[in-house]
Amino acid sequence: MWIRSLMAYRLSFAMTALGNLAVTAFDFAAILLMFSQVDRLGGYSLPEIAFLYGASGTAFGLTDLAMGSMDRLGRRVRDGTLDTLLVRPVPVIAQVAADRFGLHRIGRVVQGVLVLTYALVVLDIDWTPLKVLMIPLMLLCGSGIFAAVWVAGAAFQFLAQDAAEVQSAFTYGGNTLLQYPPTVFTKDMVRGVTFVLPLAFVNWIPALYVLGRPYPLDLPTWVAFTPPLVAAVLLALAGLAWRTGLRSYRSTGS
Amino acid sequence: MRVRTGRFRLYAAVAGAGFRRYATYRIATLAGVFTNTVFGLILAYTYIALWDERPGLGGYDQAQALTFVWLGQGLLTVMSLMGGGFEGELIERIRSGDIAVDLYRPVDLQAWWLATDLGRALFQLLGRGVAPMVVGSLVFDLALPTDPLQWLAFLLAVLLGVVVSFSIRFLVALCAFWLMDGAGVTQIAMLAGTFFSGMLLPLNVFPGALGEIARALPWSALLQVPADVFLGKHTGVDLLQTYAFQIGWAAALLTAGRLLQAVATRRVVVQGG
Repeated sequence: MWIRSLMAYRLSFAMTALGNLAVTAFDFAAILLMFSQVDRLGGYSLPEIAFLYGASGTAFGLTDLAMGSMDRLGRRVRDGTLDTLLVRPVPVIAQVAADRFGLHRIGRVVQGVLVLTYALVVLDIDWTPLKVLMIPLMLLCGSGIFAAVWVAGAAFQFLAQDAAEVQSAFTYGGNTLLQYPPTVFTKDMVRGVTFVLPLAFVNWIPALYVLGRPYPLDLPTWVAFTPPLVAAVLLALAGLAWRTGLRSYRSTGS
Repeated sequence: MRVRTGRFRLYAAVAGAGFRRYATYRIATLAGVFTNTVFGLILAYTYIALWDERPGLGGYDQAQALTFVWLGQGLLTVMSLMGGGFEGELIERIRSGDIAVDLYRPVDLQAWWLATDLGRALFQLLGRGVAPMVVGSLVFDLALPTDPLQWLAFLLAVLLGVVVSFSIRFLVALCAFWLMDGAGVTQIAMLAGTFFSGMLLPLNVFPGALGEIARALPWSALLQVPADVFLGKHTGVDLLQTYAFQIGWAAALLTAGRLLQAVATRRVVVQGG
């Protein structure tokens, strides 16, 4: 339905999709500007960073496409329109995710894929079947991990209705963090996003395996193959948080 | 004289209302501070990596570069670099036709919105500017001015920056008179704002001609100029010239806004209000 409503204004759709592409392209423009001054950042070359950037950006874009509207939940709780969704015979989460589904967010995915393609063309990787398999696996599990963060953030909004921006710190902030190599950050930050909020499994851990570079925390090599497990556990936990949040929901009564 | 003080009190009240309106959203402000701080941390480490590779890049040492990061996070909402100012509401009023009622009022449209925006900016400076800066200075070694006069000079540069930012967004909002939908222009203005203000990267790190152009555009008055005043890059006559740059852009853009407002107002009458 939202797709049809968007397509009613084709020109506007094209403009917003392009606009989205441009907005995200600016992130990469910042990296390009940095590389106009240096050859390496944190010991990594531009194509290597482009690889990290493209992998995280594509995974993030896919999640954003599927559930970027989740941050509207706080507003729905505030103004009471969540009640409308509760009485429909469709899971609330699907409705919240599909609310104002924005196909124009495809711009973000396109940008991620473009940068990733550039990296894959330019990089000189020792390809093995496992490494080839790692690319689609990384994108899929990466968007699963981001999705879990999004759902958990939405569950949090049942408690703090006005705090949609906290969610951005983990979603957009996480994406920004992952666009740079782990060597840029302190050991404690790397530990935090590996063991506490395991965003590192979106791209850092699998991508560094593909690039043949060591992970800064001395993890065994097989850890590179755990993103599916991490994504599954995180999604289960996020689902639990969502149920708890939904059950605690008291309508505003307005 | 009575009339003048009456005017002043009116606009002060409007600014006060703008301040209080944003001050109502306490949890949202806290959430915003948290997000600005997280982004500040991430950016700070990428800047450290960059300045490790090229010490003295753009004429900044590492402490100054890190200060720039936190100033950027602190001024992000003050300057409405990512939107969230008055412009959305003004566009909505133009689209719905409520603007006709506003034009009947015995106050000036531009001055009214400027007053609300100054109130908003003051709140954002206190509510969302100070806390990330404090966190930044606790975690990193920042180049904070020791001379109180330098802090005052910085605050004046911020005030002028807000006026320039307002005058840009006022022009953007008035476009709605012709386009009926402000989404496209708002987005373009936001893009230009983040790119040319120094939010992505300090403008003196931009290579060659791109840097020179970026530094001459009005957006540099929003972040690059206040940050350089904070870092003590402009003193004496140079400082006056810097203010003149900000005032020049503010005057030019405010005049353009006034002219566009006059043309647009005539359009409202033509449409029959």
